[in-house]
Amino acid sequence: MKRLVIVALLLSIAACDREAREYRPGPPTASPAPFVRQTPLQPGAPTDLLGSAAYQENRWAVSEGQRLYNGFNCVGCHANGGGGIGPALADRKWKYGSEPDQIFATIVEGRAEGMPSFGGKIGNAEVWRLVAYVRALGKLTPEDTWPSRTDDIGEASPVGNGQ
Amino acid sequence: MTDAFGRQAALIERLWWPTLWVLTAIYIAVMIALAYAMLRRRHVDEVKSEVRTARWVGAAIAGTVVILFAYFISDLFTARAIAGIERKDGVTIEVTGLQWWWRVEYSDSVPERRLTTANEIHIPVGRPVRIITSSADVIHSFWIRELHGKRDLIPGDKSEFWLRADSAGVFRGQCAEFCGLEHAKMALVVVAEPEAQFQAWYDRQLSAARVPPVAVTRADSLIRSGHDVFVTKACVMCHTIRGTTAGSSIGPDLTHLASRRMIAAGTRTNTRGNLAGWVVDPQGIKPGALMPPNNLTPAELEALISFLESLK
Amino acid sequence: MTSPELTHPVPPTRLDDEEVANLEEVWTDRPGLYGFLATVDHKRIATRYIVSAFFFFALAGVGALMMRTQLALPENRLLGPDFYRQVFTVHGTTMMFIFAVPVMQAVGLYLVPLMIGTRNVAFPRLNALGFWVYLIGSLLLWVSFFMNTGPDAGWFSYVPLAGPEYGPGKRSDVWAQTITFTEISAIISAIEIIVTVFKQRAPGMTLNRVPLFVWAMVVTSFMVLFAMPTVATASAMLALDRLVGTHFFNVAEGGDPLLWQHLFWFFGHPEVYIIFIPATGLISSMLPALTRREVFGYPLILMALVGTAFMSFGLWVHHMFAAGIPMLGGSFFTAASVMIAIPTGVQIFCWIATIWTGRPRLTVAMHYLLGFFFIFVIGGMTGVMIASVPLDWQLHDSFFIVAHFHYVLIGGAVFPLLGAVHHWFPKVTGRMMSEKLGRIAFWFTFAGMNITFFPMHFLGIYGMPRRVYTYLDGLGWNGLNLTATIGSYILAVGVLLFVFNAVRSRLAGAPASADPWGADTLEWATSSPPPSYAFANIPIVHGRSPMWTREPGEGAVTGLDSKESLDEQQRMTLITSVIDARPDGRHKDPNPTILPMLAGLAIGGALIACLFTPWGLPIGSVLVLIPLLLWGYPHKPAAEAEVE
Repeated sequence: MKRLVIVALLLSIAACDREAREYRPGPPTASPAPFVRQTPLQPGAPTDLLGSAAYQENRWAVSEGQRLYNGFNCVGCHANGGGGIGPALADRKWKYGSEPDQIFATIVEGRAEGMPSFGGKIGNAEVWRLVAYVRALGKLTPEDTWPSRTDDIGEASPVGNGQ
Repeated sequence: MTDAFGRQAALIERLWWPTLWVLTAIYIAVMIALAYAMLRRRHVDEVKSEVRTARWVGAAIAGTVVILFAYFISDLFTARAIAGIERKDGVTIEVTGLQWWWRVEYSDSVPERRLTTANEIHIPVGRPVRIITSSADVIHSFWIRELHGKRDLIPGDKSEFWLRADSAGVFRGQCAEFCGLEHAKMALVVVAEPEAQFQAWYDRQLSAARVPPVAVTRADSLIRSGHDVFVTKACVMCHTIRGTTAGSSIGPDLTHLASRRMIAAGTRTNTRGNLAGWVVDPQGIKPGALMPPNNLTPAELEALISFLESLK
Repeated sequence: MTSPELTHPVPPTRLDDEEVANLEEVWTDRPGLYGFLATVDHKRIATRYIVSAFFFFALAGVGALMMRTQLALPENRLLGPDFYRQVFTVHGTTMMFIFAVPVMQAVGLYLVPLMIGTRNVAFPRLNALGFWVYLIGSLLLWVSFFMNTGPDAGWFSYVPLAGPEYGPGKRSDVWAQTITFTEISAIISAIEIIVTVFKQRAPGMTLNRVPLFVWAMVVTSFMVLFAMPTVATASAMLALDRLVGTHFFNVAEGGDPLLWQHLFWFFGHPEVYIIFIPATGLISSMLPALTRREVFGYPLILMALVGTAFMSFGLWVHHMFAAGIPMLGGSFFTAASVMIAIPTGVQIFCWIATIWTGRPRLTVAMHYLLGFFFIFVIGGMTGVMIASVPLDWQLHDSFFIVAHFHYVLIGGAVFPLLGAVHHWFPKVTGRMMSEKLGRIAFWFTFAGMNITFFPMHFLGIYGMPRRVYTYLDGLGWNGLNLTATIGSYILAVGVLLFVFNAVRSRLAGAPASADPWGADTLEWATSSPPPSYAFANIPIVHGRSPMWTREPGEGAVTGLDSKESLDEQQRMTLITSVIDARPDGRHKDPNPTILPMLAGLAIGGALIACLFTPWGLPIGSVLVLIPLLLWGYPHKPAAEAEVE
């Protein structure tokens, strides 16, 4: 028994990032809006200024992103990833890049041909969650982060599942 | 159970006290029997009379059956009385549970007199109220113990029940079905008030927010810039304030926020400090709530709070 | 008590030393790790089961302490909502599925064969498999919990909160799969017990002489067979909804969240009695030894057990009164819920009559039984209250319910169980538990239990809902919550003292005689601890209290000579007829083998793989098939022969 406990404790050290839930990201006080980098090159030591890593492979962030995606009416143009007024997100074509910070930039800055700029209206953490969900739609994240069916009418599941 | 202010709660309370006393008496009787059974002096050559014991056991069982039957009958009559409330001239309120707040919609045959608000329900004393329950996400449960028992709000299962407040009061209700992270902080306020007061409240709630067209005083200019913050920052993504361009229904309707007693679904009293704390750092108060933290400069925050406080 | 209607005369001879040594040799496991893993001895497996169940009980108890600490003060920030919901879900799931049901079945698996005078359970290898599956399932839950993937939608996992949209991640999948494991092991244990009791009773133990604990286990096992498939169905549907996107519970596509509640509570309410009925059996079987008379009203108690079992399947909707039930339906379930108080009352009256007319002895076990009356009857009374639809509308899902079911389950199951541990400890270990320390532990447990849970009745009445990670200041709940938290620490001290007492007594307790309490059932006829073959001579039963109804001048128990019935050169059990327990035949008991453990590991691997990919099922099935094929591979034909 004791050995099992030790194993369990050891496992807990490597606790699953995929299941982590960060409700209160960053300091709640005012902070500058993140900028979008055009290059990964930078002086000095590498820093993770973009802060996206915590969201991209996290199941809960994807799920929250899905909620925001529906709530902020991304569905209106992109449907459940299939596109409509806006381009499809579930295909392999990414006009403005598929990397997290590129999608972040697309949401924050807006793009020509109708993508509005949400800069200043959606907090950074929420944008990153949207990015995580959009990337899950494009199957760019590990399979375990893909959302299953929703409790809404419509497609059983916009992404994967039902394999 | 105790402190009934409503007809239904009073009926339940009337069943509760006799039940409590009778069952307590039975409990004490059983314990006395047990204590005596343990402690009684035994004669060395005592002849154990199984038949006499059987008679006692039989009597106890018969007593149990009779008491339980009487209890069942009074339960039936209470349930009937609760269902038998007079339903004329009722106020119809649709209560929708969301993670983790309550949308409240008063219906009226005149479309302009329909009203949407959140987390605070006003009802007139003495008039029956029809509550239509529904849920937008998971199962919640609506419970104002001074007025009535619980009713689950089940997604896809609209149902209704009636209640009536018989005296005025302000009651706190809380979600009673586990609904996720902030189940503990999903409360609401119910105000039962005389008909005239209720009507006055209702009419005031129907009006749209008014932003001062020209800033004459400093206060006015603060309100105006607060309004600008509201409609240009993240607030507008989720909230509605009638009379402004903000019209999203993800979060609670804030048109008359300042008239409410509590904020954050009954979690904090509606004071300037609490409101500012909530706007800046909702995750510190309700971790996991769907409202994100807001990065506002002190000036923006002050203006925004002034604007929100003007929404009487 | 008439002598048994055996066609077989009671043999005068008994086994000699050499024959006993033979028995010893064929029944004893090989020493070392292999023997440990391969054992099919019901006593070793059941002991393992009991120790694991208590281990998880302690873990879940630590979870309870964490929750109480969090709730000690209003708006406490110790745990946070996300961790808290995992803690209370894992606490509830562990206590119900991993502690209460398995521990009762395990006590049954230990005592039932001894009480009915046989040498092993009916399907010893299946029994071993049940344990391994149980252990893997329990570890799945707790390892997931330590990895921040603990289930978080409550032990009842209501959809849609536990569904794919509102329960992202693997957390509820872990829950559904843990349930699958415990279902398998519970059903296995149920089958074991039913077949063992029906086919392996000692000659002369006709159905109306079966000890009440054994009856309770039979009744419970039948309930398990009917209740568990429902939750198996439900959890499979949940897993399908989550993993493959079916729509059983999706309102938008015609599914129904209430379907989950019906299925879950159709299992969930009998579940409570699955836990409670074995405990009543323990009481009925301890009381004769403690009051030095047969239990009063054997047929009444037996009818009450069966009645409870039937009725318990007819009152599941009282968990759903607040969901909006039509009045007629509500009345039906109220009537059923009120009615089930009658058989329980019958049992309590019979026990009081037993004490009244007996000569009670205040051992520690008796302390726990008296504690049972004091606590459980309160739980029963509050149970009657919440059977009423209107009262339930107010009390449902409030802390009143938390108080109610802890009174019922701690009072009705844990107290009899702790008493039973004191009572049967000498039989299992060969050593007495310290009475002095036992008394101290009892009073801590008893006081702690009441100080913790009694205030919760008031909290519920004052409006505090269940499953909240915190509460606001100024609602009048602070003092009661703090009291409950203090009580929980006292309760924890009591449990710790109990465990300490058990461990110390195991290592250095006073040696126990074969029958330290002067009890009436057959397990006391053999030595303490029982040898691997349990009984050298299969006992013959002359009445309901075989230890008390022996003829003058006889040994402790008259034995049926193994020479005539069983071959002591092989593992053999005696098969008797279902009703009259006449010798019917003999059965070759299987040898120890590691295959059940391998099969358990394969099943475990397959079910855990299913969490991550549907391929887990087909590939896992093949893997499970390998040990099962080896298991069923025909070996040397066993010597099967009729007794006569």
